[in-house]
Amino acid sequence: MNFDDTPQEAAFRAEARAWIAANAPKQYEEELRKSSLGRVQLKNANILEVAKAWQKKKADAGWACLHWPKEYGGRGASPIERVIWQQEEGPFGRLSAMFIIGHGMCGPTMMAFAREEHKRHYLPPLASGEKIWCQLFSEPAGGSDVAGLRTRAERKGDEWIINGQKIWTSGAHYSDYGILLTRTDPTVPKHKGLTMFFLDMKSPGVEVRPIKQASGQSDFNEVYFTDVRIPDHQRLGEVNDGWNVSLTTLMNERMSIGAGVSTGFPELFEFCNSLMLEDGPAIEDRSVRSRLANYAVKASGLKYTSMRAISALSKGERPGPENSIGKLVAGSMIQEVAMYALDLQGAAGVLSGTDAELAGKFQAMLLRAPGTRVEGGTDEIMRNIIAERVLGLPGDIRVDKDVPFNQIPTKGRA
Amino acid sequence: MNFDFSDEQKQMRDEARKFLSEQCPPKAVRTVLDGKAAYDRDLWRGLAEMGFLGVAIPEQFGGAGAGHLELCVIAEEMGRALAPVPFSSTVYLAAEALMLAGSDAQKQKWLPKIAAGEAIGTLALFEGKGNPSPKAIKLTAAGAALNGTKKPVPDGAIADFAVVAARTGSTGRDADISLFLVDLKGSGVEVKELTNLDPTRGQAELTFTNAKAEPLGATGEGWGIITQVLDRAAVLLAFEQVGGADRALEMGRDYALDRIAFGRPIGSFQAVKHILADMYVSATLARSNCYYGAWALSTNAAELPEAAAAARISATQAFQHCAKNNIQVHGGMGFTWEFDCHMYYRRANATALGLGSVSYWEDALIDRMRKKNAAA
Amino acid sequence: MNFDDTPEEAAFRAEARKWVEANAPKEYEAELSRSSLGRIRLEKAEIVDVGKAWQKKKAEAGWACLHWPKEYGGRGASPIEKVIWQQEEGIYGKLTQPFQIGEGMCGPTVMAYGSEEHKRRYLPKLASGEEIWCQLFSEPAGGSDVAGLRTRAEKQGDNWIINGQKIWTSGAHYSDYGLLITRTDPNVPKHKGLTMFFLDMKSKGVEVRPIKQANSMQEFNEVYFTDVVIPDSQRLGAVGDGWNVSLTTLMNERMSIGARLATGFPEMFEFCSNLMTEDGLAIDDPAVRSKLASWAVKTSGLKYTSYRAISSLSKGERPGPENSIGKLVAGTMLQDIATYAMDLEGAAGALTGASEEVASGQFQQMLLTSPSMRIAGGTDEILRNIIAERVLGLPGDIRVDKDVPFNKIPTKGR
Repeated sequence: MNFDDTPQEAAFRAEARAWIAANAPKQYEEELRKSSLGRVQLKNANILEVAKAWQKKKADAGWACLHWPKEYGGRGASPIERVIWQQEEGPFGRLSAMFIIGHGMCGPTMMAFAREEHKRHYLPPLASGEKIWCQLFSEPAGGSDVAGLRTRAERKGDEWIINGQKIWTSGAHYSDYGILLTRTDPTVPKHKGLTMFFLDMKSPGVEVRPIKQASGQSDFNEVYFTDVRIPDHQRLGEVNDGWNVSLTTLMNERMSIGAGVSTGFPELFEFCNSLMLEDGPAIEDRSVRSRLANYAVKASGLKYTSMRAISALSKGERPGPENSIGKLVAGSMIQEVAMYALDLQGAAGVLSGTDAELAGKFQAMLLRAPGTRVEGGTDEIMRNIIAERVLGLPGDIRVDKDVPFNQIPTKGRA
Repeated sequence: MNFDFSDEQKQMRDEARKFLSEQCPPKAVRTVLDGKAAYDRDLWRGLAEMGFLGVAIPEQFGGAGAGHLELCVIAEEMGRALAPVPFSSTVYLAAEALMLAGSDAQKQKWLPKIAAGEAIGTLALFEGKGNPSPKAIKLTAAGAALNGTKKPVPDGAIADFAVVAARTGSTGRDADISLFLVDLKGSGVEVKELTNLDPTRGQAELTFTNAKAEPLGATGEGWGIITQVLDRAAVLLAFEQVGGADRALEMGRDYALDRIAFGRPIGSFQAVKHILADMYVSATLARSNCYYGAWALSTNAAELPEAAAAARISATQAFQHCAKNNIQVHGGMGFTWEFDCHMYYRRANATALGLGSVSYWEDALIDRMRKKNAAA
Repeated sequence: MNFDDTPEEAAFRAEARKWVEANAPKEYEAELSRSSLGRIRLEKAEIVDVGKAWQKKKAEAGWACLHWPKEYGGRGASPIEKVIWQQEEGIYGKLTQPFQIGEGMCGPTVMAYGSEEHKRRYLPKLASGEEIWCQLFSEPAGGSDVAGLRTRAEKQGDNWIINGQKIWTSGAHYSDYGLLITRTDPNVPKHKGLTMFFLDMKSKGVEVRPIKQANSMQEFNEVYFTDVVIPDSQRLGAVGDGWNVSLTTLMNERMSIGARLATGFPEMFEFCSNLMTEDGLAIDDPAVRSKLASWAVKTSGLKYTSYRAISSLSKGERPGPENSIGKLVAGTMLQDIATYAMDLEGAAGALTGASEEVASGQFQQMLLTSPSMRIAGGTDEILRNIIAERVLGLPGDIRVDKDVPFNKIPTKGR
């Protein structure tokens, strides 16, 4: 048991470190390091432009989408090399936020289901950040129940005509392309009538409207489709096999979101370490210590759980199911951490923004945290996944499984 | 990075699990639970024969000379099986104290006997309620004679020798405390068995009246040694706790799959499923913290104090959480003496206290993190 | 809003207080006030004997089963008068433990479904404690799922022949009569084939075996029935209507268990007020205070919730559903309190002997007994379902066994 790199890993790390030292946009390092959940912003620059420039630079030198094949814009690197890269990239990795969906979900889906010519055309600019992709799955009628979606695709000659609405689409307003899950047959049970496409987000009939969140920010959008045309060659997978195609995407979503999960603990520890209470530093108070210790062991538990997964990768093994706990643990923890940090500030805890301690870091965390417990699988869905896939418990009783989609009730009560 | 046990260590785990499933089924644990024996002598002998008692003891002192990672592996299996033997007191406390502070002669006298299953040792630290602290030690040492009372002493009623913490000064500093080795079969030692939550692991009160003792380590260095022993034992006991937590989770999972209510397995109800998912989460966090503790222990890393406290807190919480919810998943049957659930519940709550309470370790963890932070 | 008695209530309270003062068995007062969850035992007397004597004395003076009609051994008192009596009876109420099931469940069921002749014969002796009743519902195959029971009753002339097994029967070993639910038709869906009876526990073929619990006490029993004969005249309700009859009983169970709820808080507060730690009194430690405060507000929340119910009674209204939270809150809290009390004692917390300092043993017993509080009389999970469904009006769980003949329902999960 050790934390040492193998000689090859060490060589790779040295190369990555040297390149980053020479090329990273250091002027933003401090700001990026301080940013936490719900607030990746730069004061004097447009984050999208800075991020695109960094991604392009990485791609040109072979450091983008490391684990993808070279012909699609990657480096053909091993999983452990990708992890090492992420460790070395450090705070600059926060600049990849807007590419995560494209790299983690859309790209792998294209790679698995698109035609060769499409792969060669679309994947390299996705890898280099020149084109941004989004994922159009969730709908007002289908959140946790993704397969409950209602956006229609109807065949007309060599094209499909799309009508409907998506919701919770991250980055739709700056995306160039999207992968889109639609209903092509409402008369069969719900998982059996879905089909997947990719489309140009600038197509006529696509309208993007930002959603103002509970936190006051707008990270997500509603996307409306009115008679949008998609050529049949942009279909991914067979007609009505969209559910299976989407599983590839979703599987990757849960992996990638779990990777850099933030818990709020380092921020809270630092805060308690410097906060003066009436009776002395907060960190000397027994009740504060007890809370901190509980958060500390959760945070370290998550950290070492991901290290176990990385070790498996390093040995060329498949990581076990342990990593599935990340988002579940971190989501409610960050909410509690934020509440406790506010509690320690007393009445002043209600202030926010620049009027608050640490420029409102914990207040922003508190307001963003409920979203973390919902997006990419709610806490309840994550517990189901653990219970069913890891512990082998039976699935829920499903009343909609063999019912034609158009006969499933759409309202809970009359 | 290789943050995992090696294939050889995993093989050892499989051997230990097989051995314990044969030699230490729940029935054997119940023999001790029901008071029919103070501990399982056959199992103790078997553990010695397998080389498990001396797995971390150097070869020159009769051990296998393997190391502490191997000991962690064995500890986890001991916890899974609820082994009713004085393993933690003898191996994590007494042997560790000897290896840290013993003279060659002292090591030569006791370590081979420990490895061979011929001697049971323990650490006599506590004097009634409270947590580890030099101030709480009132037992005095005058020359080589001890006077005072220790309780609770784990496995004190069956131990052959004890490492005893005694007061040798009155400056109010840590240097007031020194350690002594006492042969408990000698004169001046009175042993009284105490009832406790988990009868499969004994507790005792030891009263010393001019009991003959020899110093272990230098005078005035006792508290430093105790701190190190407690950190090392914390990691090892945490592995026992993780083993127990995992087993309790498996029992709950199996019952949820088998038990039918309302025409379906109870494990298909989300209310039950989510209890089990949360048990898995706490057991996983604990295991990962324990691995880090194992690395720190096996490499004598500077991070050990912090890693040990984190492993201790996390594993204690996980075992308590899994053991109590295992009963909940079993419903009424889980509350019967006949089902094994309560044995895990008892063990979880008793081991939560043995090295000082969770509150104590919480305080220690933050203190240690803070010092590290200040040093950085 | 006030906490004052109305003039009539005040008069009733004065009368009750005076009578208790003159008649209660004061020699047990100290022992009874010390006893807490899992430890109602008297050193030199059997609790059943002392309880019977007290109950008889109360019955003769008209203080037993106050809310029952006079002709059945009660006083015809109002619900609020019953509450006032309980408050005045105070710790002597602990002596009524052996009669609670009879008074709270069996009595009301006989009252609702028994013949007039049976009511006059059995209820007065039940009220006076001369005859003790038990309730025979739970079975190994049916815990939370009461209707899953398998004990068979087969008609033979004017009699029924009973074969099967019950479990978790409190006090079966000292009971004279029992309320028994059986399956009379396994070919119809499970709720429709049940029939209720009462029987003499000394009948031939009834065998009572005590169950040793996890906390090493024996409060419950298994009861085996081998060709036990019950005359049809002892049937309660129609054949096949036992489920509806049982609902009367169970409704009363959850009410009566909720009545005298131990939370562990008063014991914990006293313990922390007296415990000397290295740094002073435990109650001066901020970490201890923070925990105590959380439990304090839960305890007072429960207390005032029950006051709200009492107020409704006082106004002649039906109490709302709020009281259903009692056991759910108290069960977990007892477990948490016991764990923390032991934690405060350090390593010595694991010791259980009576020779330990005052509080020692009390919390250890509480810890070992608390799991049963979260199971008996409805598990936490069932109680949450009840709150969600009956109070909040959410739909019931999907039931796969509802319209299935009982003998077609699976009995093993895998």
